[in-house]
Order: sequence, then C-alpha cells, then structure tokens
Amino acid sequence: MTPTLSRRPETAHALERRRRAIHGWLLLTPALAMLATFAFYPSVATVWTSLFSRGTRRNPSEFVGLENYARLFDDPTFREVAVNNILYAAVTIPISIVLALVMALWANSKIPARSFLRTAYFTPTVLPMIAAANLWLFFYTPGFGVLDQIGALFGAPSVNWLGQPETALWAVCAVTIWKEAGFFMIFYLAALQTIPEDLREAAEIEGASRWTYTRRVVLPLLAPTTLFVLVNAMINSVKLIDHLFILTKGGPSDSSKLILYYIWESAFAFFDAPSAAAMTVLVLIVLGAVAALQFRLLDRRTHYR
Amino acid sequence: MPVSEAPFVALHGVTRRWNGAGGVQGVSLAVPRGAFVSILGPSGCGKSTLLRLLAGLETPQEGRIEIAGRDVTARSPAERGLSMVFQSYALFPHLNVRENILFGMKVRRATRPEREQALARATAMTGLQGLERRKPAELSGGQRQRVALARAVVSGQPLCLMDEPLSNLDAKLRHTVRRDIKALQRRLGLTVIYVTHDQAEAMSLSDHVVLMREGRTEQTGAPETLYHRPATPFVARFIGDPPMALVEGAALGEAGQIGIRIEALERVPEGRADLTARVADAEYLGAETRLLLDHPQAEGLALILPGRVALAPGETVGLHLPEKHRVRFGAQAEAAAARDRGAAAAATRDGREAALPSPSTREDTR
Ligand SMILES: Nc1ncnc2c1ncn2[C@@H]1O[C@H](COP(=O)(O)OP(=O)(O)OP(=O)(O)O)[C@@H](O)[C@H]1O
Ligand SMILES: [Mg+2]
Repeated sequence: MTPTLSRRPETAHALERRRRAIHGWLLLTPALAMLATFAFYPSVATVWTSLFSRGTRRNPSEFVGLENYARLFDDPTFREVAVNNILYAAVTIPISIVLALVMALWANSKIPARSFLRTAYFTPTVLPMIAAANLWLFFYTPGFGVLDQIGALFGAPSVNWLGQPETALWAVCAVTIWKEAGFFMIFYLAALQTIPEDLREAAEIEGASRWTYTRRVVLPLLAPTTLFVLVNAMINSVKLIDHLFILTKGGPSDSSKLILYYIWESAFAFFDAPSAAAMTVLVLIVLGAVAALQFRLLDRRTHYR
Repeated sequence: MPVSEAPFVALHGVTRRWNGAGGVQGVSLAVPRGAFVSILGPSGCGKSTLLRLLAGLETPQEGRIEIAGRDVTARSPAERGLSMVFQSYALFPHLNVRENILFGMKVRRATRPEREQALARATAMTGLQGLERRKPAELSGGQRQRVALARAVVSGQPLCLMDEPLSNLDAKLRHTVRRDIKALQRRLGLTVIYVTHDQAEAMSLSDHVVLMREGRTEQTGAPETLYHRPATPFVARFIGDPPMALVEGAALGEAGQIGIRIEALERVPEGRADLTARVADAEYLGAETRLLLDHPQAEGLALILPGRVALAPGETVGLHLPEKHRVRFGAQAEAAAARDRGAAAAATRDGREAALPSPSTREDTR
C-alpha cells in the first residue's frame, strides 16, 4: 500500500470521529439541559441554602457556615426521625427483597394459574401509593378494620395499629413492603426468564436438588438484579413517604416520622428552609455513600452477562 | 443378528407427543454396552425428544425405558446414571471452567482429593489445562464444547448422551472435536448416544445409526448397511453425499423403485444401456468429471468418470445398473413403510426387534 493511499482513509476517519462526537453532544444536550435545570442547580442551591440562617423580616438571612448542621444534631426530633428511618430501611429493604425473590421463584415455576399469580403480585405496584394507603387505613381501623375483624375471630383484643407509638412505624413498614415486593418481583421475574432452562436440566442430571440449583446457580445469576433492586429499595426507603400523609402524618408523637416527611414539614409547615436544606444534604451524602459502598462491595462478586 | 447379552439401553415402544403431534412415536431400540450410536434424521423428526426421554427430562406417555437392566421409566434424571452434553453446552455462566466441571462432584459431595484428581484427568483428556480459571464467556466455542465434554467425563457415568454437540463449531473444528469425542469414548469405554442431523457425522462416528423420520425409526443398523442396503427410499435419499440415485422400476422393466449408488453406475454404449439419460451439467473436478444427469423417471442420477470428459449438456449417455448394486424398494415402498410405521412395531419391520448387534459381533462380520 502506498503512503498516500493509507493517509486518505485516516483523515476521513478523523473527520468521521469528529462528526460523531458532535452528534453525540448534540444528542446529549436536551438531557443535560434538563438535568442542569432540575437536578444540578437545585442540588447546588440546596447546599447553598443550608449554609445560611433562616431569614425573618427583622434579621435577614446571613452566612452561618455549618451552624444549621450543628443545630440538627442537637435536635431530638431529628435524631428520633433518623433512627426511625434507619429502622424503617432495615426492616423494609430485606423483607421486601426476600419476599420479591420468593414470589418470583414461585411465579416462575411451572404451576397452574401462574399468570394470575403474577398479576396478583403485581397489583400493589400499579396502585398509587395514596390509594394503597387508604386501603390499608381501612385494614388498620380499630374496631371494624379487616385486621381487627380477623383478630376478633381468634379472640384477640382490638388494636389501634396506627394510633399507638409502639406499632405505628411497623404498620407503616408493612404497607411499604406490601407495595414494593411486587415491584421488585417483576425485576426478578424478568431476570429469571433470561436463565436458560437447560442450566436447570444440566444441574438436574448432575443430581442437584432444586434447592442446590437455586442456591448455586439461580441466586448468583440474579446477583446483578439484586444489586439493582437493593439500591432502588434503599432510595425508596428515603423517598417513598406518600403513605405517611394518609396513615399517621408521622405520629403519634413522631413515632412513625421519616426523614423526608420531616424535611417537608420543616420546609413547608415550619418554613425553616435552611434546616430542611441541611437535612436534605445530609440525606444525599448518606445515600450516595451507601450506594457507592454497595456497588464496590457487590460489584466484585457479581457476575454480569 | 441375535443379541447375545442384555442390551445396556433399551427402549420399548416409547411415545411422547404434544397434542397428538411432533415428538416420538412407538420407538424401540436396543443399545449394547460400549456402543457409539447415532440418532440421525432431518430437523424436527424427534431426535432431541428421544434423547430427552432417555435422560429423563421428558416422561414417556407410553412405553418403557431400561438402562443397565433397570426400568428407569419413572426415575429422575439423576437416578439414571448418565451424563449429557447439551447442544448449547449448558455451562453455568457465573462459574469458571474448574467449577463448571466439578459442579456435579460437589453436588455429590466428593472429597477434595477425588475432585482434584478427576479435574486433572478431565482437563488433560480434553486439553483444557491452563484454562481452569476462565469463565465460559472467555472461551472459544470449541473450548466451551470441551468443558461440556469434560463435565460429562468427570461425572464418571457409563452412558453419555450428546445432542448435536458440534453444531456450533465451524467445519474444521468439527472434524477435530469429532475425533476427540470418538477417542474419548473408546478410552473410557462409554456408551454414547449421539444426536445429529449430519449424516456424514453419523456415518463416520458411530457403530450404529438410528435414522428417524417424523417421530419413528426408519432404519436401524450399521453405517454400511444404511449406505448400501437402505430399507426405504427415504433412507436412500438421506444417507450418503451424494445420496442414492432412485429410478422408477418401470424404466428398467421392473416393479417398484430401484436405488443405486452413483459410483456403481457404469457408462456403456447406448445400444446396450439399461437407461439413457441426458447430461444436465458437467463438473470437472481435476481427477474426475462428475456428470449430472436428467431422466424423466429418475432422480439424483449422476456419473463419475475419470479424467476430463468432454460432454456438453444435452448430449445423452447410456447407463448400466449392475444387478448386484441395485437396491429394490417394493412397489409402494413408501406407502408400505408408512403403513408399517403405523403399526405399533416400528422397529420390528423384519419380524424381530431392531436390536443393534454388539460391537464385538459386528467386528467379526467385517
Ligand atoms: N415441548 C414441546 N412442545 C410441543 N412440541 C414439541 C416440544 N418439543 C418438541 N416438540 C415437537 O416435536 C417434534 C420433534 O422435536 P425435536 O426437538 O425432538 O426435533 P429434533 O429432531 O431434535 O430437531 P432438530 O434437529 O431441529 O433439533 C417437533 O415437531 C417439535 O415441534
Ligand atoms: Mg434437536
């Protein structure tokens, strides 16, 4: 090949590359603009707000550094709410994931009426959280709620599930699990259907029991899904608070209040924007750190196809 | 040929269909220990179904399956004492080569030294040394195939079922792996039941070929038998490359259909010819010339002549069909075969079980 011949395609190649780069940026621009307007700017603004004091008519807001954060750590309500949220996450995340997995394994096996089963499991996901909360409000109502009626059959005393500090948070957890498990199940179901049937047959011929096959083949192959679901569940444990507005409004005496609800309250009920902003920043930091940790820990042991 | 010993694998009138269609129907078969048996047939004729029935991955609706003298019809795959190489290889994608090969031994709780020993032996046999830590995705098609093979070897089962194990490989690799499989089978004394739709593969590998058609066995026998003495025109058309030429008996003053291998055809002056055919095309192949011939009452006629033969399309040649090479199919051979297959005893066409002679007996006849 002569040098002139070989140079020609090279320049064409460079041109082509530049053209592609420009195309790429053009395609990214709308998304970037949206993200900048609705995600990056608010985040920065939130951090900014959290560093200023709350402005009133008499003393306008001024830069106070980390004082808002310091105030938060002294706030007993914030501490209670943080503990509530940790408990809430610690209960809802593992239970909903395990439940989702079990339901998916079941709904994926060769059983009669399995499409009915799938639909039934998925229904809670389709329901808006507000509607679900109203449904559960009816379940929980003392006296004539479904739970009490069932309890009464066995002679159990009436319980005001949402009205007492000992049970309110758990009652809220139950609704979340009920709502989320079906959603996560869909992801597991989709992942299960990508596992070829002949892997099961190969394992069967080798003498593996169903349980061995599930443990040594299915679960490892579901690991990427689990990671995805885990991160989602974690974010939801902070984000998903719609039902609080219907069920308990954080009460009684803050026993079922979660962070986002408290942030909302601070910002829009008590008009304490700096404190709400500080909490938001803290939540973002914690969420980011935990997600990064999960990815680093699990990524190494996860098999992607 | 009488079967001297009890067959190692036996099927008795096994049927498995889906809503009265597909699958296999009334298949009987007897495979001696240590034999290499190919199940051959066109796509969709029920080869995989038959293999899956043997493996216990399907349950027959009728009939019995025996392995090593035990009725295993209702047994689970694991209880049948067999290994299987899947067409897709069915390797566990998240496990490396080593873990894939040892999966079964771990399940059966073999001790560590046992496992190490088996692994070393299997990787040496299949040429996988040095690849133990790779995941299936990091292997070539041929290497994956070897892992699947090694997994079957390690299981130590006397019976190995293979479902088109070479279909994902290119032609060249297919040849070498084919030889490896055969060598492995000999060395380990395995009984192999091997599914393929490639007649050349079946002919070159196996002691016995079971040719299937639409869920039934069409003919069972040694490769030579199927090649030289096909039982039906279907077999004649399927076996050999090129397949047998088929001539309507009427053209030769006989009844039924006559099959003949093209290498047995002789060119004679037209005056003495049994058949006069028109040249459709001439292919010069160096050492020989292959003439493709046309005759209104024949299919697949061709003539191989040494050297270069100058015959233009349209010219006629006289053919002689030597008596001893003619294979006669009854007047309604196909129809009769179909009726025959309709009866329960598909494999008892000649009034006896379609038993395969054991390798030793067959050796004597050579
Ligand atoms: N699970 C099933 N449900 C319904 N029909 C089936 C099923 N399995 C096989 N069949 C039908 O049975 C017939 C035989 O299928 P089989 O897979 O045994 O063919 P095969 O000989 O292995 O073909 P190929 O060479 O293409 O693999 C086909 O007509 C197929 O459609
Ligand atoms: Mg098949």
